[in-house]
Amino acid sequence: MTAQPVFERFGARGPYFGEFGGRFVPEALIAALDELDAEYTRAAADPAFAAELERLQREYTGRPSILTEVPRFAEHAGGARVLLKREDLNHTGSHKINNVLGQALLTKRMGKTRVIAETGAGQHGVATATAAALMGLECVVYMGKVDTERQALNVARMRLLGAEVVPVSTGTATLKDALNEAFRDWVAHVDDTHYVLGTVAGPHPFPAMVRDFHRTIGVEARAQVLDRVGRLPDVVAACVGGGSNAIGIFHAFIEDEGVRLLGLEAAGDGVETGRHAASITGGVSGVLHGARSLVLQDDDGQTLDSHSISAGLDYPGVGPEHAFLASTGRAEYRPVTDAEAMEAFGLLCRTEGIIPAIESAHALAGALRVGRELGPDGVVLVNLSGRGDKDVDTAARWFGLVSDADLVASEAERVSAPVSETEGSGW
Amino acid sequence: MSAPTSTTGSTPSGTRLTSASAVDAARAEGRAALVGYVPAGFPDQRGCVDALRASVAAGLDVIELGLPYSDPVMDGPVIQAAAETALRGGTRIRHVLESVERLASAPEGERAPVLVMSYWAPVLRYGPAAFARDLASAGGAGLITPDLVPDEAGEWMAASDEHGLERVFLVAPSSTPARLASTAAACRGWTYAASTMGVTGTRSSVGSAAAGLVEATRAAGAERVCVGLGVSTAAQASEVAGYADGVIVGSALVRALSEGGTAALEAVVRDLAAGVASPSR
Repeated sequence: MTAQPVFERFGARGPYFGEFGGRFVPEALIAALDELDAEYTRAAADPAFAAELERLQREYTGRPSILTEVPRFAEHAGGARVLLKREDLNHTGSHKINNVLGQALLTKRMGKTRVIAETGAGQHGVATATAAALMGLECVVYMGKVDTERQALNVARMRLLGAEVVPVSTGTATLKDALNEAFRDWVAHVDDTHYVLGTVAGPHPFPAMVRDFHRTIGVEARAQVLDRVGRLPDVVAACVGGGSNAIGIFHAFIEDEGVRLLGLEAAGDGVETGRHAASITGGVSGVLHGARSLVLQDDDGQTLDSHSISAGLDYPGVGPEHAFLASTGRAEYRPVTDAEAMEAFGLLCRTEGIIPAIESAHALAGALRVGRELGPDGVVLVNLSGRGDKDVDTAARWFGLVSDADLVASEAERVSAPVSETEGSGW
Repeated sequence: MSAPTSTTGSTPSGTRLTSASAVDAARAEGRAALVGYVPAGFPDQRGCVDALRASVAAGLDVIELGLPYSDPVMDGPVIQAAAETALRGGTRIRHVLESVERLASAPEGERAPVLVMSYWAPVLRYGPAAFARDLASAGGAGLITPDLVPDEAGEWMAASDEHGLERVFLVAPSSTPARLASTAAACRGWTYAASTMGVTGTRSSVGSAAAGLVEATRAAGAERVCVGLGVSTAAQASEVAGYADGVIVGSALVRALSEGGTAALEAVVRDLAAGVASPSR
């Protein structure tokens, strides 16, 4: 089970992780956060809640997710052994479902009938819409207008699942603005609505709670690596946007001092260019979306635009526990550019027949680099947090497999043709 | 409530106006105070200051000067758009402080106490102690903090105490009695009661919870309670003036300024001032 407190050593039950965390929200939300905290605390101690979550993980999500060794890919990683934790094989295609099922169960326990969520790439929105359909909850997903355009297929998926998708055009019209809009909705509808926050950021208790729901990733992977390799990995690598998949796989290894925890941040065009989303490498201590953490902001405390080829990592903040782990040195964080991530993306496709999410490709790029540092005796565990179906369009353009004009033309043809002729021709 | 009995603070240039004294003066006249919000730098820096000075002449008792922020989670579309305009126009914290100084040094009749309203991120980045020092020296009365609850405000409590600044925290219909008491105790000047569960913006009616919230906040120890969120008409202002010490108007002023310039803003302020002057009992 995931919902047990096992982070005693770092005292990290929240609200604070060292100097990070807290609750920087309007007073109107404090009662709802207190209610959530109390309900989560009760649920975490309730065997019936644990049993129901475990059943859903097994029968609905498909847990435990498998561990796949990728030797042909690893030839490019200095010969180190590389093992992938296959969160991409979960129902809905990413790790996001772990957290969403937990929060949806809590929603029902609190007697609420409506859930709202923010989404960037659409993965968390799809997962939330899925859980809402499963449990009969009304669902509204806020998504930056820019993201609804670059992830149109995920918008359709959410609508198929019965969710309302609201494009947000304020600010930069991306993930951070979707969060703002979700908070505004929550303040106004807190009586019947739970906000299913999708990452380990936001006000207490979200960072600790979302981490606990994802903790199963690391618990499973640790046992699987021990079983497969006979020892713990040298490095556990994961991509970090808000940081939920990373904290999920890191957490079970925190006490294993010999295991390096490596978070890979989206460096976009390169941290030195200013066009990036690397909040730990290139950010400062500040407040964003209800918590104190490391954020990208200017000298006036205004949030800066983030940039990444990966919509899911394109966020100017990071969860407070990552800021804390970075400050203590227990985890290390390195930047990975768009180009490095896409190189690793293409490599995994060609060497192993696995199309990763571009988010997860950042972790793969980190594994290639750290594998070369470790050499042939090294063992690297990578969290393959999501699958790349949603990214085929972006990747096709990146690698020049089709031109924009081709894509537009073929799409126009599909749209204009009768449904009977195009049915089944898509994915 | 722990507010000092003195309602003025001293600055190098003389006596600084406080919003508490303005609320008390209105009370002495048998009416509620009118508190008006406009973001600094909207429509531009000069225009904002001129519009607010004209508003004071038209009956505004307390100025609430917004510090525009990139991620305003408590604000509805009207104020979001105005803040974006101000930021695009290059409004920085130093410009906000300059505006405070101009407003605080306006001639008699166009001068009113100035509270800055800011999300916590910009103040934290500036440094709470430095912000308190510079706000006080600009002649500002204090700060309203929509996303800083007293639980997280240790640094701000110390800094505002040191510089004699008012600090206004919010209470909401969802606040428990214990939180009403701790928030009222942490405020210095007055307490901001959010009339409804929601964000800023005009509404056809002020939340029915508002009167009860004001009463409960007073019972929890607050000396002065002003009500905001959703007030836009003279009738609403009159209704709220019937139970609160002050009536806070934001979106309706910003919309008037945006659509009809200073003249339209003055007209709305005059109308609202008439409303707060005839409290419905």
